[in-house]
Parts: sequence; C-alpha cells; structure tokens
Amino acid sequence: MKLIKTIIGAAAMATVATAAFAQATPAIIFDLGGKFDKSFNESSYEGAEKFKDETGIEYREFELQSDAQREQAIRRFAQQGNNPVVMAGFSFGTALDVVAQEFPDTSFVIIDMVVDQPNVRSVLFRADQGSYIVGLLAAMASETGTVGFIGGMDIPLISAFGCGFVQGARSANADAVILQNSVGTTGAAWNDPVKGGELAMAQFEQGADVIFVAAGGTGRGVLQAAADAGKLSIGVDSNQNYMQPGSVLTSMVKRVDEAVYNAFMDVNNGEFTAGFNIMDLSNGGVGWALDEYNDALISDEMKAAVAAATAKIVSGEVVVHDFMSDNTCPVE
Amino acid sequence: MDFNTILQLFDSAVRLSTPLLLACLAGLYSERSGIFDIGLEGKMLAGAFAAGAMSAYAGMPVTEGGLGMTWGMAWMGALAAVAVSIVLALIHGFASITLRGNQLISGVAINFFAAGSTVLIGQYWFQSGGQTPPLRGAQRFEAITLPFAKTLEGVPILGPTYHDLISGHNALVYMALLAVPLTWWLLFRTRFGLRLRAVGESPEAVDTAGISVVRQRYVAVLIAGVLCGLAGAYLSLGTSAAGFVKDMSAGKGFIALAALIFAKWQPKSALFACLLFGFLEAIGNRYQSIDLGAFVVPVQFMQALPYILTVVILAGFIGKAIPPAAGGEPYVKER
Repeated sequence: MKLIKTIIGAAAMATVATAAFAQATPAIIFDLGGKFDKSFNESSYEGAEKFKDETGIEYREFELQSDAQREQAIRRFAQQGNNPVVMAGFSFGTALDVVAQEFPDTSFVIIDMVVDQPNVRSVLFRADQGSYIVGLLAAMASETGTVGFIGGMDIPLISAFGCGFVQGARSANADAVILQNSVGTTGAAWNDPVKGGELAMAQFEQGADVIFVAAGGTGRGVLQAAADAGKLSIGVDSNQNYMQPGSVLTSMVKRVDEAVYNAFMDVNNGEFTAGFNIMDLSNGGVGWALDEYNDALISDEMKAAVAAATAKIVSGEVVVHDFMSDNTCPVE
Repeated sequence: MDFNTILQLFDSAVRLSTPLLLACLAGLYSERSGIFDIGLEGKMLAGAFAAGAMSAYAGMPVTEGGLGMTWGMAWMGALAAVAVSIVLALIHGFASITLRGNQLISGVAINFFAAGSTVLIGQYWFQSGGQTPPLRGAQRFEAITLPFAKTLEGVPILGPTYHDLISGHNALVYMALLAVPLTWWLLFRTRFGLRLRAVGESPEAVDTAGISVVRQRYVAVLIAGVLCGLAGAYLSLGTSAAGFVKDMSAGKGFIALAALIFAKWQPKSALFACLLFGFLEAIGNRYQSIDLGAFVVPVQFMQALPYILTVVILAGFIGKAIPPAAGGEPYVKER
C-alpha cells in the first residue's frame, strides 16, 4: 500500500513538473482521413513538422481509427501533460467541449469548429472566400458553361465550400450551370476514390468540364477521372496541383499548416490566446495555388480577375455569403 | 431521361458492379462447397493493395529501385493481387477445413488483418499513409475499344450502345462478365462442379463415394481467392482511384455477400443481382436531391437507396433463400 502511495505521489509530482515546465510537448490529433490524405490532415501534419524543424521540439501525434476514439485521444494527451493539444476536424467539437472543462490549464486548439471554452482556440477558415475565388477561375476556364462541385458529406462545413464556389462561378458567368454532388454520409466518404471518380464521370457526362472537389482522400479519384477524361479539376486544402500536372486547374488552399504551426508556436512562446481565430483571404488563411504545374492553364485575364475579386472581398465591397452563418445558400 | 443518359447510367452500373460480381462469384464457389466466406472484403482489400504496390514497383525506374517495366505492369499487379488473396484464402481454408474452426470468425479475422496490414505495410514501403503512389499509363488497366466500335457508332441505337456501353471497359470488366457463364458451365456441366456442389450439400455422400471432401473444399476456397484477388486488382488498377487508398473496398465484400444470397447461389442470378446493385448506386450517384416539387428527396436518401432496397428485396421479394445444406459445418469423417 505504501509503495502504491509512493508511486502515485511520484506520478503526481511528475505531472505537476511537466505542467510547470514551459516547453511541454505539443500534441496533434489527425482526423479519420488519415495523416497522409494529401489534403486537410497532411496540411496540419506539415504545420507540425515545420514547428519541429524550426524549434527542434518533438511533438506527439495520434491518428484516429474510429469516431469512438475522439474523446479518449484528447483526454489521454491532456492527462499526459501535452500542451497544446491541437485537433484538426469539425467532428471533435462535442468531445473537446467535455474534455476542455476537465483540463482548464491545458490549451486546446480546434480547427474548423467553434468550441466556446476559456482554454480553447477555435480556428475558422473562411472556406467560402477561397471557394469563391476558385469558382471564379472555374467559370472562366470552362468552355461548356457547366462546372461541378463534389463535396465529401452533406454537412454545413462542406456546403460552405459549395456555396462559395457557386457564388464565385456566377460572378464570372451569371448563366453558369453548377452540378453539385456529395460522396456519402459516413466517415468513409473522405476515403472513397472509386466513388469520387464515378461521381466525376457522371458530372462530365452531364456537360461539366471543371470540377471542384472538397472531399479529402476521395479527391484523388476525382483528379484522376478528370485527367483521364481530359477535363479540369480543382484540388482542395493542400496544394494538389502536382498530382495531375496540366489537369488540375488550381487548388483552393486552406492554410491548416499555418494554424497548427501558430498554435504550437504561441504556446511555446507563452503567447497563447483562446477564442476565435478567423483565417480568410485578407490574412492569407485561404487562397488559391499557382505554381509551375498549372501556370499554363491560368491566363493573364484570369489572374487579373482573381486579383480584382480578392481586393473587393478584402475591402468588403463584395460580401461572400458564408453558409455556416445561417445554414442557407442564397444561390443554387 | 433521354437515351444517352440511360446508356451512361448502365455504363456506370457495369463499372460499379464489376468488383461486386467478382467477389460474389468468389463467394459462390466457396459457399457452394460449404465454406462460408465473410472474408471476401478482406481478401479484396489485400488484393487491391498488392496490385497497387506491385504495379507501382514494376513501373518504377530501375534507378529508383523498381523494375523499370514499360508495359504489362497492371498484369503484374493483378498477379500479385491473386497471389496475396490466395494466401489469405488458404489461411481461411486451413482454419475452417483442416482445423475445423468457426468459419465466420476466421473470415472476420481476415478482414481485420487485411484492413490493418495493408496500411501498415503501405506506410513502411511508400511513406504516404498507406496509399500507394498514383499510377499512370500501363500501370493501370486501360479501356479497351472493341473492334468496329468507331465505325458502328453512327448506327442508331445499336451503334451508341455498342460504342458506349459494351466497348470501352478494361480487361477485368470483360473477365468478370465471362466468369459468369464459365462458372455456370463449371458448376452445372462438369464432374468437378457436381462434386463441388455435393460437398456443400452432403459431404458424407461425397466421402462415401470415395472423393476427398477436404480437397474439393480447398479447391473451391482457392478459386474464391483468385476471384477476390481480381476484384481487388480492379479496385486499385481499374478505377479512377489509380492506386491503393486505405479501406478502399468500402464494404463491397459485404454487398457481394448480400447479392449472393439475393441470387440464391446461382451464377446467372448473381450477375443480375450485382448489376442491380451497381445500377442503384449509379442512380444514387447521378440523381442526388431530386426535386419533386412538393418536397425534395434528400441526398442521404438517394445514397441509402441501394441498402434500403437490399433490405426490402431480401425481406420480401426473393422468397426463401436456402443456403447449401452443409454450409458453415466443418466436415468430420468419424465421431
């Protein structure tokens, strides 16, 4: 009994010591798409790696295998004294709301979701603004006047991409026909390239010649189907232009890596702030990718139009309606 | 809905039902011989991974440590898929025939093993989270244009049907379709088939006639392995996935099992069952959120439609599906 007490005591001491130590090990939890989804999660991984390269501080990570592990994973990291605990994905919302109250001294960061607790930073991306820009590009690049959107699930977060995309496409071509599909209703929707390709083919058959996909690993199938059909696709989250050179028109980039990097850095420097953190066009949190792989696809006229639209959105002259604000989209 | 749209729907249905059909026939051989096979999903997944990995390796330049092949990589991949799937099938056979273990448990174990090991090995080999590198050109099964497809395209109705629907699929699609009559012939017109069906119905009778039950069942399980391997190869080399992605079989092995019951363990019915499932999925893909004026049919409903219909059809329309009498029972010669 005495031995057990000693052990518990020592463990408690160790916990206190870790918490007091300024450089606690940061931790990151990846969502179901998997760490190397070439998209959302990979981007957060890159942010964590960048932090490691610059500071030399190791971080801990966990890749979810099922929804049931969410709360457990957050609690485990918090218990072990990791700080901050960063999770990339809207699905962590309810789990974090519970765990954050149990560990008031740990800083948590959630991406793509709002959790209203004093020790949580909620990073929100104005995906609608980035999608507006690629929608504009899609409508300008389209020869048929029909463009398509493929979202992972029919949920507000993804609808925000679709809604922004439609608004952007309509701003360039008021008569544009926009086809919208969603992949599935479960977590498997983020990892089903076979179905993604099939959806893309169905949209091409209906006349679309540019497709914007926001569906994690499923996007791989869409990009491939577009390359096979000689049509154009638009990647998402990470810069995916390199995946099918010459066929990916551009990528709607969400700087998830910046968000993760900033979170790790802020805690490391003792500058962590809780509350909202909006990443939008004005601070470079969202944007579009231009590199050697898609340079030939983007004309000067398109560049000028994008620059003009970006300036108008940043200045507030053009307001992109955010689906997440009221769960409706003014345009179809 | 014009004629072209219908053609496109059927075209999509053929693509979507190919892996189901191959897996369904695999299950048919296995279950007709009295071995239940829940592990279709796992064998397909492992096959998909082996195909993706082998094809990527075969097409990699020699300087980067690959084989530097310029053609036939897809077939190498398919061979690897079949090999891996056969190994898993043999494990299933060993557990359920030789050791007389529970066939369902063995099958479930194979599913878990495949789901975990593919990602683990994939990460070790390619360092991209269990995905294989994107495959290009001859690393995938490319569409085959059948003879005269172009010249006949102008013929009304028949031309487009031949050009769009029948021509323009890859080799595995045609193999799957050919496997149906072949299976029928093998099972119902050969001595081998008679024995295979007999060990599933009444192994004692077969044994009394001096034929090895164990051998017959192993052969059936092996054939199932080959077909599952091809189904897996189709997933990673014959679709737009162009490589392996974790859990890419996405429950197709179980749908194939449902199709098998739906088809009452008959090859021809299996073809129609799988085409029906493929067709329903194609409709679900094409028509999401149908606006009926008064209300809008939600996306979720259209996506659930194949599964809802599965339940309805299985519960109400096909009558009694009677599995092979000795299914799931390990054969014990003497007590």
